[in-house]
Amino acid sequence: MAALSALIAGVLFALGLGLGGMTDARNVRGFLDVTGDWDPSLAFVMGGALTVYGLARRWVLRREKPVAAPQFPQLSNLGITRPLLIGSALFGIGWGLSGLCPGPAIVTAGHAPGTIGFFTAMLGGFWLANLAPIKR
Amino acid sequence: MNEQWIHALAGGALIGLSATVLLLFNGRIAGISGIMAGVFANDRTERPWRLAFVGGLLLGGLMIAAQHPEFITPSASASPLLMALAGLLVGYGTRSAGGCTSGHGVCGLARGSTRSLAATLTFMGTGGITVYVARHLLGVI
Repeated sequence: MAALSALIAGVLFALGLGLGGMTDARNVRGFLDVTGDWDPSLAFVMGGALTVYGLARRWVLRREKPVAAPQFPQLSNLGITRPLLIGSALFGIGWGLSGLCPGPAIVTAGHAPGTIGFFTAMLGGFWLANLAPIKR
Repeated sequence: MNEQWIHALAGGALIGLSATVLLLFNGRIAGISGIMAGVFANDRTERPWRLAFVGGLLLGGLMIAAQHPEFITPSASASPLLMALAGLLVGYGTRSAGGCTSGHGVCGLARGSTRSLAATLTFMGTGGITVYVARHLLGVI
C-alpha cells in the first residue's frame, strides 16, 4: 500500500512537471531571466501546487495518522542557518546554469542531452554533502 | 489568458495533488532531493516507498517522452561540463539546505515556514543572478 501510493504520487508529480512546462529547461531559465524575455510559467506552477497542497494538507492533518504509515512527519524548525543559506545559494547557481532542479532532473534523465551527466553529478553532490557538510 | 499559463496552473495542481497523496497515505513530505538522497541512506524500512516514488518519477518521464517528447527540452547551449558542474552544485546545495524547489518552495511555503521562505528567496535570487551573468554578460548559456 505504502509503495503503491508513493508510486502514484511519483507519476503524478512527473506529469505535473511535464504539463506545467518544467521539463523544458527554457521555461525555467526564462523565469529566472528577469531582465530578458521573462516567462512566468514557474510562478503559475508553484501557485497551483501551493493552492492545492496548502488547502489539502489542513484537511489531511485533521486525521490522527496517515492511511499507510504510523505517524505524520514531526518537523523540527532548525531556524535560518548557514548551511540553509549557503546550500540554497549554491543550488540556485546550478539551477540557473542548467534550468534543472532535482525533480525535472530525475524525470528527464536519459531523455535529453546532458541530463544523465547532470543526474549523476547531482547524486555525487548528495554524497559530498554527507562527506563534507557546510559548518553550522 | 495565455494557454501556457493554464497548463502551468494545471501542472502545479497535479504536483499539489501528488504532495497530498504522499502526506495522506505515507505521512511524508514531497521533497524530491531528500527522497532521492534517502534511497542511498542506510535505512531499510524507508527505502521501499522512496524507491517507489523515484520509480514513479522515472515512469512519468517515460510517459511524457512517449506521448509528448517536445515537452522535454534541454538547455540547448549548455556544454556537458557545465551540466555536470550544475548537477554537482544542485546536489550539494539542496542536500546542505535540506530541500529544493519542492520541499522548501512548495511544501515548506505551504506550511508557512520562514526557513523555507529564506531558502526559496535565496535560490531564486542566485538563480536569477546566475542567468543574468551567464546569459547576458558571458553568453555561455
